[in-house]
Amino acid sequence: MLGILFLQKIRLREFNPLYLRILSHNKTIYHEKYFTQTCIIDVYSKNFLKGVSNMKKLLTGNEATARGAWEAGVHFASAYPGTPSTEILETMANYKEVYSEWAPNEKVAVEASVGASIAGARSLAAMKHVGMNVAADPIFTYAYLGVNGGYVVVTADDPGLHSSQNEQDNRYYARHAKMPLIEPSDSQEAKDFIKEAYEVSERFDVPVLFRLTTRICHSYSLVELEDRKEVEVKKYKRNIQKFVATPAANRVHHVELEEKLKKLEEYANNETKLNREEINSDEIGIITSGISYQYAKEVFGEDASYLKLGFTFPIPKEKIRNFAKKVKKIYVIEENEPFLETEIKALGIEVTGKDKIPLTGELNPDIIREALLGEKRETVQPNPEKIVARPPTLCSGCPHRGMFFELSKKKGAVITGDIGCYTLGSADPLNAMDTVICMGAGVSAAHGFAKVFERTNQKRKVFGVVGDSTFFHSGITSLLDIVYNKSNATIIILDNRITAMTGHQENPGTGYSLMREKTDEVDFEKLVRAIGIKHVRTINPNNLDEVKESIDETMELEEPSVIITRYPCVLKKLHEEEKEEFAPVQHIYKVNTEKCSKCKMCLKIGCPSISFDKETGAYIDPNSCVGCSVCAQVCTFDAIEKVGV
Amino acid sequence: MKETKNILLVGVGGQGIILISKILSAALIKAGYDIKMSEVHGMAQRGGAVTTQIRFGEKVYSPIIGKGSADFVVAFEKMEAMRWLDYLKPDGKLILNDFELGSAPILAGKAEYPEKIVEELKERTNLISLKASDLASEIGNIKTMNIIMLAQLTKELGLEDIEWEDILKENIKPKFHEINLKAFEKSLSLN
Repeated sequence: MLGILFLQKIRLREFNPLYLRILSHNKTIYHEKYFTQTCIIDVYSKNFLKGVSNMKKLLTGNEATARGAWEAGVHFASAYPGTPSTEILETMANYKEVYSEWAPNEKVAVEASVGASIAGARSLAAMKHVGMNVAADPIFTYAYLGVNGGYVVVTADDPGLHSSQNEQDNRYYARHAKMPLIEPSDSQEAKDFIKEAYEVSERFDVPVLFRLTTRICHSYSLVELEDRKEVEVKKYKRNIQKFVATPAANRVHHVELEEKLKKLEEYANNETKLNREEINSDEIGIITSGISYQYAKEVFGEDASYLKLGFTFPIPKEKIRNFAKKVKKIYVIEENEPFLETEIKALGIEVTGKDKIPLTGELNPDIIREALLGEKRETVQPNPEKIVARPPTLCSGCPHRGMFFELSKKKGAVITGDIGCYTLGSADPLNAMDTVICMGAGVSAAHGFAKVFERTNQKRKVFGVVGDSTFFHSGITSLLDIVYNKSNATIIILDNRITAMTGHQENPGTGYSLMREKTDEVDFEKLVRAIGIKHVRTINPNNLDEVKESIDETMELEEPSVIITRYPCVLKKLHEEEKEEFAPVQHIYKVNTEKCSKCKMCLKIGCPSISFDKETGAYIDPNSCVGCSVCAQVCTFDAIEKVGV
Repeated sequence: MKETKNILLVGVGGQGIILISKILSAALIKAGYDIKMSEVHGMAQRGGAVTTQIRFGEKVYSPIIGKGSADFVVAFEKMEAMRWLDYLKPDGKLILNDFELGSAPILAGKAEYPEKIVEELKERTNLISLKASDLASEIGNIKTMNIIMLAQLTKELGLEDIEWEDILKENIKPKFHEINLKAFEKSLSLN
């Protein structure tokens, strides 16, 4: 069932705003004049985004951002998948005028798109907030150099940590890297503002940071579509002074950048329509940006005045001073950090902000209402005695299960984990993980552990687990560290043939590109051998004997080693060539209750298809079992039997 | 309708919540409303609790609501109804699929599925409870449960007159048209 939900690519509906409907006597009568303009809702077609201009569509912020970049004449887009940003490039890949790609990581995505920008094409890189940490190096320097084709970096922040390891506020990157910052507050603005971002980038010769947050990325709202404005790829001419970032050149560039920022501040104050006042009252004035604007409007409606900022760095100081004169009391409403508030206070303006509004977690209208107006809604309290937690789990048939089950039996071993579905190996009942830090740390932290254990004579085995896509992202250099500096950690590459957690994106190990073209597939074994690993083994993770043996033979090794588990994600739609290697299983498993000794061994693999009844013993849900056979292999009483061929 | 209406749909990954949220959004647009719909992606989908929020009215600002704000909570599972109860307005309506789905600690035998949830909900809320999963199985496919729940919500919202057949067909794969239309009709005819 989960598979079906996950793979359903039902996206958008298009409709005509002029399409009116009048209800009368329980019958639907269409207004004659408009009936002919009704358009067909096209869900399955890949061309769903090629809507006619002046149409309105329900789009997520991610889809609208891609649409806006397409309308702005973008030619090149690169990204690494990461929630909540992933759908930007997935949408972009449907626009054939744009070359779109998955890069192995965010730094590569930025460097590739910077190259495209210098070559003269309007270009884009998109990433989740923590991805920008990976990509920071080229971004900071490209801000000094300036662009040829317009350049925009999209960051999708995740207040509330819906699917991330932190809730860092990437607006500070704009200030730190000295690049203009644009923040839309819904899908319509996402589409419109990114077009302005490209104008700003080319006019002021700077890259632009475009900041979204989860609720903009993943909320649907109506967007008016326009046509693509074709922008020719500019001519590239070698310009060493501009594009070779030597110390001598960049001393000059830094001075120039400070001058550009002054001009950008003038633009933010006087010219851009992205910063606007809504004057309704002289009592309360609200300064806000991004999604917080929508929350503020929800709470205060027309009872307050607003300074709605869409262009937030350089901050429009003059505009803020003018607004402050028009109202008696100022609230600064922003999610997470006091980015605007600190700047506004530095102007000597008294405001209410983070002293009342929480700095941590995601905001919503009710949090703001309570913080600023002291109004709390009545609620119906849940009875905590009647709620059991429902944490996410590895899916039924997940190919990671067998490996974590066998690792969980190695008491005393340290297992450094990484970012992906397999982070769930840390959860009960597998409990097979010691650390998770960031992309790639599953490999490099294993090295640190192994070195400390070695130098302090502790006989403890260290395993590092990392997914296929994460290994390409940041694991390869970490493995080099292990080989070069000689530790005996064992790295387990969980190759499930797809970037699973973010919703199934191709990667260099799958043999296909974002634009669905066949490409060369990286051979993990050859790759790790080339780095210098001598002990390498590729196994089927659903065969527990193989898993156990592969782990056991590394326990006493004095050298580094790699185990590759090769089996596709149970939700993956297999490519033709994979169907041969991984023939779909035709059978499922069921418990023979007469043989079941109620020992609960099968519960230790943490399969969501297996439940337990004190009277009858284990039970396998036939609707969700996919026949991976891991439970049958752990049952010591042969009570789990195959059903079907 | 001046006031924005708020709907919270809650359940478990795989129950088809996101699909019916999209279908309902399409219908509300056809009915001429401004709408915002918000969903949660990523790790939550791996068998965890799933929620979507739909807000509609003349002009909608925020895509999300806070506690005590939902006019309707549509719960696809009993324990999830209890978990998200504080999002319901005290005078709001809870539409419940009387259905039990154990979570990981329950499956692992470390906790018991709580008893008498429906009884408590009946006492404390304005409850419309139905065995949508059983009904869906009777119709021939347990997955049509989401459409049965959608039809119930439709009745409560007074949106029965929309061209549902078209909207369902536009959003569901052709081979599942017939069974889902049947489920929708059947649910509408329930008292």
